[in-house]
Amino acid sequence: MNKDSQGELWEVFVQKKSGQPFVHCGNLHAYDKEMALQNARDLYTRRGEGMSLWIVLSSSIVASSPEDAGSFFDPSNDKIYRHPTFYQIPDGIGHM
Amino acid sequence: MIDSLYNYTLRLGDTSLILAQRLSEWTGHGPFLEEDLALTNIALDIFGRAKGLLEYAAKKEGKGRTEDDLAFFRSDREFYNLLITEQPNGDYAKTMIRQSIIDCFDLLFYTELAKSKDLTLAGIASKSVKEIAYHKRHSFSWVVRFGNGTEESFSRLQKGLNEIWAYSGELFEMNEDDHNLIKEGIAVDLDSLKQKWESEIQELFKKANLSIPETLFMQQGSRKALHSEHLGYILAEMQSIPRMHPNAKW
Repeated sequence: MNKDSQGELWEVFVQKKSGQPFVHCGNLHAYDKEMALQNARDLYTRRGEGMSLWIVLSSSIVASSPEDAGSFFDPSNDKIYRHPTFYQIPDGIGHM
Repeated sequence: MIDSLYNYTLRLGDTSLILAQRLSEWTGHGPFLEEDLALTNIALDIFGRAKGLLEYAAKKEGKGRTEDDLAFFRSDREFYNLLITEQPNGDYAKTMIRQSIIDCFDLLFYTELAKSKDLTLAGIASKSVKEIAYHKRHSFSWVVRFGNGTEESFSRLQKGLNEIWAYSGELFEMNEDDHNLIKEGIAVDLDSLKQKWESEIQELFKKANLSIPETLFMQQGSRKALHSEHLGYILAEMQSIPRMHPNAKW
């Protein structure tokens, strides 16, 4: 780290209510976990945005790259058997 | 009794107001973006507390003044803020060591004030306790960080402490207003906080490798509205706009 460094980059995830998923809301700079937690509180949770925070070093995240788009994300819609559209869903199940 | 309650509330309001004004000088000048926001948020919390206290003081005074009148239309010899709050920010290490000394005191103080028989003071206090708990976590963590960082960060921290320590004694000073209100179950007996404060501060200083400066005397004066030369400049900056445009509205 050089002397002008603002620390490492961290990604912040906020959970709105218990039981709900943690949603990415942005990132921040901090030197360590405690500072990351405090900065996240100041940047992202002062206005009732949530009940819980997850923070992770951006460098710890494995991400797909744009070149992978075809092989990772193309749903191959021509293969109709890939989507479970041939089943009758009983009314009692409701939304699935 | 009304007068003691007015004096007491005014003193607490002034202390919060001047501290918030000092801290807000860092806005836009913090060491980095996230920390700039953190300290600005803290200053805002303390401004909010000042507003509530001065509003109540104005009500108790009963002369039709508002919290803005009290904040912007009094001179330095009518302010009762603790001297520690008006001391210059210095570098970030000095600001954080001053803040840790105040936060440690404030958390103990407002936790007790939340039990006051005066329900307005108790209400303001219990709202403040959550905020102060966070302020303390923030300032304490910076003090430990500076104390264990580089040689330079440590020496700046110790220098800041050396400059500010003589203003810590005043935190526990009481006068007849305190004694009147303690009897009524309204004010906090500051003697009862001192031991806890000392042990928490000593523990913090130990973690940050700091030594308490050998101070021959503790600075006093704010209970009599006697201030260091710094307050005049703070008020000049804070009050110039409302005094130039007394009826200006947002």
